[in-house]
Amino acid sequence: MRRRIAARYAAERRFKAMGLGAVLLSGLFLGFLLVVMVGNGVRGFTYTQVAVPIDFRATPLGVDPARLSDPDADQLIANAGLADIVAFAADEALGDGGSRLISENAWKDVRRAIKDDPGLLEGKSVFDLPAASAVDIGAKQGAPGPLGARIAELKQEGRLATGIHWAFFRNADATDPAAAGIKGALKGSLLTILTAFLIAFPTGVLAALYLEEYAPKNRWTDFIEVSINNLAAVPSIIFGLLALAVFINLLGLCQASPLVGGLTLALMTMPVIVIASRNAIKAVPPSIRDAALGVGASPVQVVFHHVLPLALPGILTGTIIGMARALGETAPLLLIGMRAFIGDVPGGICSPSTVLPMQIFLWSDEVDRGFVEKTSAAIIVLLAVLLSMNALAIYLRNKFEKRW
Amino acid sequence: MSFNAPALLILILGLALIGWLTGRARSAMLAARAGVKLNSRPQYHGWYVALWLFVPAALFLAVWTSVSPALITNAVLETPAAEGLPDFGFERGALLSEARSVAQGRQAAVRLPAAAPLVEPYRQATQTYGAIGIAAMLALALAGGLFGYTRVEPQFRARSRVERIIMGLLLLASLVAILTTFGILMSLLFESIRFFRLVPPAELLFGTHWNPQSGAAQPGTFGGIPLFWGTVLIGAIIAMIVAIPIGMMTAVYLTQYAAPAVRRWVKPCLEILAGVPTVVYGYFAALTIAPALRDLAVMLGVPNASSESALAAGIVMGVMIIPFVSSMADDSINAVPQAMRDGSLALGATPSETIRHVLIPAALPGVMGGILLAVSRAIGETMIVVMAAGLSANLTANPFASVTTVTAQIVKLLTGDQEFESAKTLAAFALGLVLFLVTLLLNIAALRIVKKYREAYE
Repeated sequence: MRRRIAARYAAERRFKAMGLGAVLLSGLFLGFLLVVMVGNGVRGFTYTQVAVPIDFRATPLGVDPARLSDPDADQLIANAGLADIVAFAADEALGDGGSRLISENAWKDVRRAIKDDPGLLEGKSVFDLPAASAVDIGAKQGAPGPLGARIAELKQEGRLATGIHWAFFRNADATDPAAAGIKGALKGSLLTILTAFLIAFPTGVLAALYLEEYAPKNRWTDFIEVSINNLAAVPSIIFGLLALAVFINLLGLCQASPLVGGLTLALMTMPVIVIASRNAIKAVPPSIRDAALGVGASPVQVVFHHVLPLALPGILTGTIIGMARALGETAPLLLIGMRAFIGDVPGGICSPSTVLPMQIFLWSDEVDRGFVEKTSAAIIVLLAVLLSMNALAIYLRNKFEKRW
Repeated sequence: MSFNAPALLILILGLALIGWLTGRARSAMLAARAGVKLNSRPQYHGWYVALWLFVPAALFLAVWTSVSPALITNAVLETPAAEGLPDFGFERGALLSEARSVAQGRQAAVRLPAAAPLVEPYRQATQTYGAIGIAAMLALALAGGLFGYTRVEPQFRARSRVERIIMGLLLLASLVAILTTFGILMSLLFESIRFFRLVPPAELLFGTHWNPQSGAAQPGTFGGIPLFWGTVLIGAIIAMIVAIPIGMMTAVYLTQYAAPAVRRWVKPCLEILAGVPTVVYGYFAALTIAPALRDLAVMLGVPNASSESALAAGIVMGVMIIPFVSSMADDSINAVPQAMRDGSLALGATPSETIRHVLIPAALPGVMGGILLAVSRAIGETMIVVMAAGLSANLTANPFASVTTVTAQIVKLLTGDQEFESAKTLAAFALGLVLFLVTLLLNIAALRIVKKYREAYE
């Protein structure tokens, strides 16, 4: 008997340990994922600089300093052959093949410096230029063979330095990892989410108000409810197919634009917003409606003056969570053509653009090793945005949630 | 004068604001002059005028924005300059769009010289139609506003009119969901029927060879079985082997054993796991898990080990699903009446025996419903499989080999460069239809089980 009890208690402890193990396992996985991403990604926020002296007296740039503040100054300087001057200076300073140690876009940094301070054109000064991708990786993680030796040499000469890679936030996508940035993707994401929000939020809230407050109980209403619940569970890629067939092929809206992306994501998040809003509206006690009706408010006034303001915190929480999910969505946007390489920051909601998760997907496909840390850095940015959105939702819920 | 839809929208919004103000002021003034009480408060008169001003003009704006490009192109095609255009095909479209970008100022100069003579007609047509559109919109706005304005008088029941419009808006908003469902069904069905004219449905559903080629549909290359098997292997087998035990045990531990403080902290952490975008999971699977699994497979001597394996995608997808399974299990365990638990404990059962023999059997229908929903979500998941499972259609039970899924193939078929009409792109819609129907059935079954079970205890 006692042995049996001991065995049962042992089984009890084993079961409890299994439960704890399951919790720990999921926690461990989350931790592992974050550590890997952060470990890979922090390096993406810094970059290696190579100090290169450029003497503009020896190799003059044929541009009138007075025109450097013109709107087309960028083009002027590019046409004057600044790239060649920089490459020449790098070869001079770093020895043969020196121009291959700096990024092929390094001259754009020089251009920015010159535009800020035209006085630089008068003499010789040392510029900290971004290193080529291979050198950057080599300096951060070590490189084998002659390149590694060359990097060690440069380090000893004190020519290498590490700086914060502001260009990562200032540039759009590029084929050169040293020049690639997420500004285009960030702006694309912002425009897309804004479009989605402006469409999905009013529609979702109004639909929820109708279903919860006014809809008669009949087949038609049941049908609406069933289709909303089903839409919430339809795979996101199906919305991509819908968008491709309707928005792009049927209506001919601009391809790969934040407009179409936002419309697609709006259709996708609307059911989520409806469901969250209905729960929030349901939580408003009927006594409030009765009181308002009792003093003579019309049904519309009851809802818009009393029920909606009281339900709004819950609605907003649900909306933020839905928007966070839309912000991380990639699959439907792949189908509407957002997969293409976009080298500019999108100008408006109808210009081709990319979004942050899509940028991550595109970079993860790149062969160049320099993109590994860029991908992880972009993931860190995306996760930071999403986590702060979720934290905001939780904060709103805790601060404004009322228990009646 | 150029036709700029957002600016015009702001313009009529501004006009509507003026309408609101005048309507409000006029009703108050009329009431004061006649010395009677208003039927509705002044702001409702304002809304009445504003809605009459805004709604017709906004509708016209929406319609005009969508039809005017076609009208402009037609007008250009009728000019003599368009006679030199090639009759059909890609070049014609390219020339037209080039001329359009230049004419509308989005591009500084023509790159294709043949487009140059078209620029001027385009510019003229754009201006003409822009002017017509703006004039018609303003006329509509003014007519609507005037109509609303003349209706304003103290006895006018503005509030009930405005409320009727608001109710109409609410109904319209709730119809969007039906419209979306209908749109999904129609677009999938329409393209699928066109696909099934080229390839018989039986081949897609039962064929075992998947190797679609560009150009005309060749028989025997659209067999969907390898895709369906890959989808099932990753989403319904491997992912569930990971997600069900861990998710269930997590739910059991959190509801039955954990202290409230632990529960309060662990649940949001699990929600983070659910909030990580799938593209991040996909990258993680491809970067970290897949190479490790390949090395393991090579060590074990498994044949056909690939760096894109079903196992890597399945495991990561399982982890993604854990919070989902756990919250569904949590709900159904909580729904079991406390009396059943108390009864079991009072008879001397240990907590774990109570859980295993009483709570879980009682919660089983709800848990099963949750698992069905989880499966439906797993088979519809795209990014993880696109990035980690590969694109080669193998019919294999070896989890270390590369398989492909329905979703991954949809992406592959639609992101190439082929034209829209080819069998390949249509096949993507047929696959989408299969996916949609399967997930729909799973969802309906799951919801029905959950609902029935809830009724049983309430």
